[in-house]
Amino acid sequence: MDASQDQFAIRVRDLVVGFGRQTVLDHLSLDVRRGEILGLVGASGGGKSVLMRTIIGLIPRRGGTIEVMGQPTGGHDRGAATTWGILFQQGALFSSLTVRQNIQFPLRENLVLSQELMDEIAIAKLEMVGLRAQDADKYPAELSGGMTKRVALARALALDPPILFLDEPTSGLDPIAAGDFDALIKTLQKTLGLTVFMVTHDLASLTTVCDRVAALADGKIVAIGPMRELLQSEHPWVRAYFHGKRSQMLQHEMR
Amino acid sequence: MNHEPLLLATPSGDELKLRPEGPWTAANVVTLETLSRTVGADVDRSRVVTLDMSGVSALDTLGAWVLEKLSRRAASSGRSAKFVGVADHFSGLMDEVRQVNRNAQAPTVAPNPVLARLGDLGKSTVGAREDITIFLQMLGALFMAVIGVLRRPGSLRLTSLVYQLYRIGWQAIPIVALITFLIGAIIAQQGFFHFRRFGAESYTVDMVGILVLRELGVLIVAIMVAGRSGSAYTAELGSMKMREEIDALSTMGLDPVDVLILPRVAALVIALPILTFIGSIAALYGGGLVAQFYGDMGPAIYLARLHEAISVTHFEVGIMKAPFMALVIGIVACSEGLRVKGSAESLGRQTTTSVVKSIFLVIVLDGLFAVFFASIGM
Repeated sequence: MDASQDQFAIRVRDLVVGFGRQTVLDHLSLDVRRGEILGLVGASGGGKSVLMRTIIGLIPRRGGTIEVMGQPTGGHDRGAATTWGILFQQGALFSSLTVRQNIQFPLRENLVLSQELMDEIAIAKLEMVGLRAQDADKYPAELSGGMTKRVALARALALDPPILFLDEPTSGLDPIAAGDFDALIKTLQKTLGLTVFMVTHDLASLTTVCDRVAALADGKIVAIGPMRELLQSEHPWVRAYFHGKRSQMLQHEMR
Repeated sequence: MNHEPLLLATPSGDELKLRPEGPWTAANVVTLETLSRTVGADVDRSRVVTLDMSGVSALDTLGAWVLEKLSRRAASSGRSAKFVGVADHFSGLMDEVRQVNRNAQAPTVAPNPVLARLGDLGKSTVGAREDITIFLQMLGALFMAVIGVLRRPGSLRLTSLVYQLYRIGWQAIPIVALITFLIGAIIAQQGFFHFRRFGAESYTVDMVGILVLRELGVLIVAIMVAGRSGSAYTAELGSMKMREEIDALSTMGLDPVDVLILPRVAALVIALPILTFIGSIAALYGGGLVAQFYGDMGPAIYLARLHEAISVTHFEVGIMKAPFMALVIGIVACSEGLRVKGSAESLGRQTTTSVVKSIFLVIVLDGLFAVFFASIGM
């Protein structure tokens, strides 16, 4: 094992992704360090979700390489669930399964273990994301937005993957719930030693939980670093993003 | 580096020292379960259990929980258990796991199967009453909407009506014609085959004509429309309900019945008689072709026999049923669509219910009409 493998959870080199004649990601390179929370910002429709989905393998790439935990990715392999957990924007819970069954699904598909242990692990995960055991027998349709996200997070973490992808984890949550969710992610990241890759628009999350922030514009990463450095960035889009009226207001409040 | 997890147990009198080693992770769950079961008896026998964590090379929630479970088992009924040598980077996880599964859940009691069946029966009886209520409510709402349109003809959604007519009428013609054509041909073939034995081949034409015009034409077409257009109505309205489009309509002061349901049901009521007519003609044509090629009966004779055998009454009886069947299909399809809840599963369930229920009701209605027409001598 050389040092770079140890240091980086995800390495993206010269990634090109496009649909039809349109190129969304243009020779993009990005490193995610092990054990950090990286926030990714970018314009709506600018390719943030495309980048995430390409790393996961949901979208085919035209060129470039992606290494996850030192292994080049490609194709769908069944081990994927043990490498990463994904929290989709709308939760993507299976609507025909209860909360308990949703969390047990990856366990059931990937491991051989007794029903008793599976139940206990499901409840343990549920309690770790701040829900109660009584919620286990509800169906996704009966959950509020915040609870759906928490259950989806519990499902994503069912197999204790080293990497966690979050697609706009706080969108659609009220500021209190969003703050709680941020804190939860921070706690779990520390407890489980996770590497977190987070696509978000929430300036508060960026400031409070992210170790580093990457800005995606024109199909490239135009700036990357701690929030403080990004605020100093001279790139016009990054300036517009962080120094627009809304952002200014928020940062002023937070000071 | 250890690749298999181990659990070394060293008993000494009342004390038991457990030393887990290697990777205690989900990937090794089978080994972990076996290990914890093996030491179970020793743990129950000992008064003091010490878990020495210093040999653990990797730990995740599952491994931590298996160890925590062992320690809880050891700590039950006045005995004690403690962890020693927990590495710094595992302590957070161990602390977390110590908090979970503390509230024992009341085990869910499986109900008596006989009682459960009875309960289901009762529920579906009450459900049937609810179904009838919903049907009548929708009928009433449609009636009010029709009155509204009659008062102010301008409020009719003409574009929507024409579009629905195009979709469920015009676009359905090929498949309806094809299937009724085949049905007509099959009936004629069966008639010739069986009637030939007692020399009554010419009565095949009577059978085809009366059966198709009175019963089969309208029934087949209604069932096809229920499957083809009724299901589409339910799925459309259901997904609009799921995406709050129907709520959006209501908040703009528009009645979903006026905007969405009336044009759809009206289009069905207009289209079904037309489709029935086309279907009946296609069936008679199919019968005629079979008569020519299978029954050695020329078109001229077939038409002449048909002319003798059927009267306008037979045609009227068939076509008169069509609008009522259309109304039933439309009401069932739309009200089931509005009953869709948030999930994708519920959309599927409601669509199935809609098709099954409307086909059932169409057949029941056909039976009622048969009794009615017989008693008035038509």
